[in-house]
Formats: sequence, structure tokens, C-alpha cells
Amino acid sequence: MSETRYTRDHEWVRIEEEGIATVGISEYAQQQLGDVVFVELPAIGKSIVQGGEAAVVESVKAASEVYAPVSGAVIEANDALTDTPALVNEDAEGEGWFFRVEMSDPSELDSLMDVDEYTDYIQGLE
Amino acid sequence: MAETVSGNRGLLIEEKLIFEQDSPGHTGVDLPEPEAVNDRLGGLRRQGPIGLPGLSEPQVIRHYTRLSQKNYGIDSGFYPLGSCTMKHNPRLNERMARLPGFADIHPFQPQSTVQGGLELIHSLAEWLKALTGMPAVAMTPAAGAHGELCGLMTIRAAHEDKGETQRSRVLVPESAHGTNPATAAACGYSVESIPANDRGRVDLAALKAKLGPDVAAIMLTNPNTCGLFENEIIEIAEVVHQAGAYFYCDGANFNAIVGRLRIADLGIDCMHINLHKTFSTPHGGGGPGAGPTVLSEALAPYAPLPVVVQDEDGFRLIEHAHDWQDGKPLGRLKGYHGQFGVFVRALSYILSMGADGLAQASGDAVLNANYLLARLGDVLTPSFDGPCMHEALFDDRFLKDTGVTTLDFAKALIDEGVHPMTMYFPLVVHGALLMEPTETESKATLDGFIAVVRALAERAKAGDAEYFKQAPRLTPRRRLDETKAARSPVLRWTPPPEDKAAE
Repeated sequence: MSETRYTRDHEWVRIEEEGIATVGISEYAQQQLGDVVFVELPAIGKSIVQGGEAAVVESVKAASEVYAPVSGAVIEANDALTDTPALVNEDAEGEGWFFRVEMSDPSELDSLMDVDEYTDYIQGLE
Repeated sequence: MAETVSGNRGLLIEEKLIFEQDSPGHTGVDLPEPEAVNDRLGGLRRQGPIGLPGLSEPQVIRHYTRLSQKNYGIDSGFYPLGSCTMKHNPRLNERMARLPGFADIHPFQPQSTVQGGLELIHSLAEWLKALTGMPAVAMTPAAGAHGELCGLMTIRAAHEDKGETQRSRVLVPESAHGTNPATAAACGYSVESIPANDRGRVDLAALKAKLGPDVAAIMLTNPNTCGLFENEIIEIAEVVHQAGAYFYCDGANFNAIVGRLRIADLGIDCMHINLHKTFSTPHGGGGPGAGPTVLSEALAPYAPLPVVVQDEDGFRLIEHAHDWQDGKPLGRLKGYHGQFGVFVRALSYILSMGADGLAQASGDAVLNANYLLARLGDVLTPSFDGPCMHEALFDDRFLKDTGVTTLDFAKALIDEGVHPMTMYFPLVVHGALLMEPTETESKATLDGFIAVVRALAERAKAGDAEYFKQAPRLTPRRRLDETKAARSPVLRWTPPPEDKAAE
């Protein structure tokens, strides 16, 4: 398993097999949102662009867009979130993943933060 | 508090669902069984009961009366959600709307028989034009968001008429009402957000960087959703116009500036006016909206029909493009002539206030909000420095490390008999508490509210988080499980399983 990288919009992305990125929202994002009640996932095959809208997450407090941390085509969505959105709260950076994408430009990962940089970043937001 | 035998709390009656009160055979009207007849329903006659509960007339009356007594609204007490939801509706407006000459007319009547009604629409339009300094107004949009749609459709029509079809982007500040990006998207535009600066206003440099020949419009709320006046608005209008785009102003907060400035002088091309927010018509479950949209010289030709015009023969409706030589109307946005009953109330308010009264109302709205800001600023955490407009914005920094959230704080306000303010909006600050007292609240009411908020803030800081977690205590129902309600909503009553013991 590769290291997890993070966006400024609080998505995480991890390469679990060659060229395939798994995407979700960070533990920090989950805490800020509060109880997640609905997740709208992208359709399989949808092509997404880094920084563009990819999914929607709705909590008791707010609805937010989830932005694509990398560009590519969606190959799998975590359908378990449809029935059990609570997975996002319970395990945001594991079982609560959103979708997997076949990356068109893996070098995009270089523009994202590693866990230490992200930790510093969210401390700056407090 | 001791439990009662009945489950009631004093004269607050514990009320079951009407279906749970079903006693088969009870009925309000007891009609004799009709004689057998051959129906003409083609075999589709109802086969079984339709599942309505059996109740007597007094039971039904009590049921709905009790439910209505659990309601809390602007007529019950202080309601710092403000004009977004409901502000005081002067009863004079209602009286005028019920005059038979207004209440009993029909949009299909010959125009010669409804000259008064047409004059009323025309008079309100003239007032709205005068108050904004704009040359035209589309009266038919049925609500604020419909007015936004009217404005953006007008802008799109203007661009298309000039052949500028490459304009595909609309810029919206990140603090905007959600309806702004939704409206732009509904008109086929892509939406880009403009960040705010640390003063809570639009970041002018970021706006300039995003402008270009493919931008159709900017949608800006002024005062904005943080309750702040966008004081660089004239420069914003200049750079937007230099880029060939139009300036849409969301007029949701016009109630803070009406009678004080004319939006035409700010360089705005169109703005909707929520009649409930600025002109005191009912809203929030109390009545339909109306969102007349004022238009600049550049956009006026594209206004939707119908329009009311006045000529030597009186007032006349123009309903078809071929009768409207002055323009290139984009079509119709609504059946008939707009929300007429709302127009009656708005004009009644305007005429009873007068121009000076309207200026005083916006001044009082701003004064009341600043009074809250000044009296609460030391115990809560105001999000931005300096005075506010008609609403005071705080965030949850004052609750840091107390274990109390904005939601908990709001629930504790309910126990004190106050409807909570807007929470968690706008999203640009953390754990927002947005208070809009409106112009009609007295100093005594505000002082009562301030005393409650100060005491609760001190309680939270003293470490009594448990008190807040348990709130509300004194309501007909305690804290609702909002998460469960959203995740597994029960939207339909179903009968409980048969009670064996009762058989």
C-alpha cells in the first residue's frame, strides 16, 4: 500500500494497485461534517478532472462537493455508502472510501500533500 | 418535573397522530346508506376502505388546534432567523388583500373591469423602480429564486442577441446563497466561486483574475450573507462591465439598504426583490413568495411578459411579443400576471410606510443588528471586525474547548422560549450563528434575548456542557435524532402489529 496523499479540500487518495487510485474524504473532513447521511457517488466510467466535482457528501450540517484529487476514469464506487453512509464517519480513510479511478496522469499526485504536510495544513485551519 | 397520569404537561396536551386516534365507526357526518344504484365507474369502484381514521368532528378540531398550539412563529415570540423566514406582517396588509375588489377578481376578467388591479401592479412596479433607480421591472417571478432565474435568463438573452454565445461562465462568491449557483447551472452556465478576503467581502483581485471574454455574469449579494456591505461594489461593477459581463445582484438583503441607496447607482444590471424580506409580505409557510426583478437599460428589452402599461385609455396588459414593439421579450415565466395577492400586501406596506418610513425601517433593521453585535460581542465571537448591516454573524470560537456545539447552544435557546437563529450558515465561518432581529423588535425584546444568550454563553464557558447536551428539556419533544431521521426516515405511518391482548 502506498502512502496516502491529501488535497486542500480534504480528500485523500491512495494507490493500492498500479495506476488505480482510491479516493475518500479525510478524517478531519468527516469530523467537520458531522454525521454523514447521504453520499452521491460518480457513475462507473465517468471521466473526472483533478479539482473538478466528483461526488457529493451530505451531513446533518451541510452538503459538500467532493473534488477529484486526480484525473481519470471512475472504475468502481463504494456502493456500501449508499445504504450505510455512517461508514464515512466510522472509518473515513478506510472502509468509508468513495470511489476508485484509473489515473490518466499519475504525476498529478506530486501536487498533493503527504500526511505530515496535511497535518500541518489542518492545524493552520484550527 | 413530575410525570402526570395523563402524559400531558399542564395545558400542553400530549397529542397522538390522528391515525392513532382512529376509532372505527366514529364519524363527523352520519349520512344514511344510499340506495343501490348502477354506477358508471366502469368496474373501477373502490373495493375497500381507504384507510382514513374514524373520528368525530370535535376530535378533529381538537387535534388540529393542539398541533397549531405547538407551532412557534413570529406571532408567538422573538424569531432571530429574521426576514429570510419571517418578519412581522402588518395586519393592515392583510386587511387590504381581503378587500373584495382585490380578493374576488379573476385574471381572465376583461381588462376594463379590473383597472384597479392593473393599476395596483403598475403602481408597485413604479415604486420598485423608484426605490432601485432602475428603468424596468419584471413583476411576474413567483419567488426570489424565480427572480434569479428571470435575471439570468435576461442576461443570457442579451448575450445571445449580441452574438456572444461563447460566454459560458458565471462567477459567484463562496458566501452566496445556494440558489445562486443553482440558478446559473439551470441556465446552462458553469459556476466558479470567488473567494472572500479576510474582511468577509469579495476578494477583488481574485475576481479580476477570473474575469474574461467567456464570463457571462457575476452574481453578488449585497449586503452579503455575512451581513456585510460589499464596499468595493462600484469597482466590482466596473471590472465586470469592462469584461463585457453583466452584474446580477441578489436582492435578498435589500431590506438593509432600501431607501438609503439606489442600486442603479452601484452599476447593477438586475436584481430580484423578495417582497417578503423587504416589504413584509407573509412567507415561510405563511404565503407564496414574489420576486419582482428590476432591470437596467441594457437588459430591459429582454424582460419577460406580461407587462402592465398605462396609456390614455387607462391600464393595459401586454401579453404577446407582437404587441410589445419596445422589446425582445424572452417569453413568459409564470401563468397569469404574478402573485397578485402578494403585490397588494407589498403596496399596502409601501404606502403605509412612505419613502421616509422605508428608510427608517432599513435603518432600524441595521441598528437592531448592531445592537446585538455590540452587546454580545464580548461573550460570543463576532466573525468580522466592524459594524454589520441587518444581521450579526458570530462563529463558534467562543465555544472552543467547552464541549458545546452551535447546535447544542441553539437547543438551549429553545428552552428559554426563543427560536434559534440561523445556524451553520454561511459556510465561510465555522459553526455560524447568524442573528437577524429585523426592524420591528423593541429594545426590550432584544435586551431579553441578550440576557439569555449571555447567560448561556457564560454557562457553556463555566464547563456545564451536560446542560446543553440535554437541551431542550421543556419542549413537547426532547432532542430529535436528526441523524437517524435523515438516514432512515419514516415517511408514512403504518398500523402497529395487532395487539393480541385486546382481542
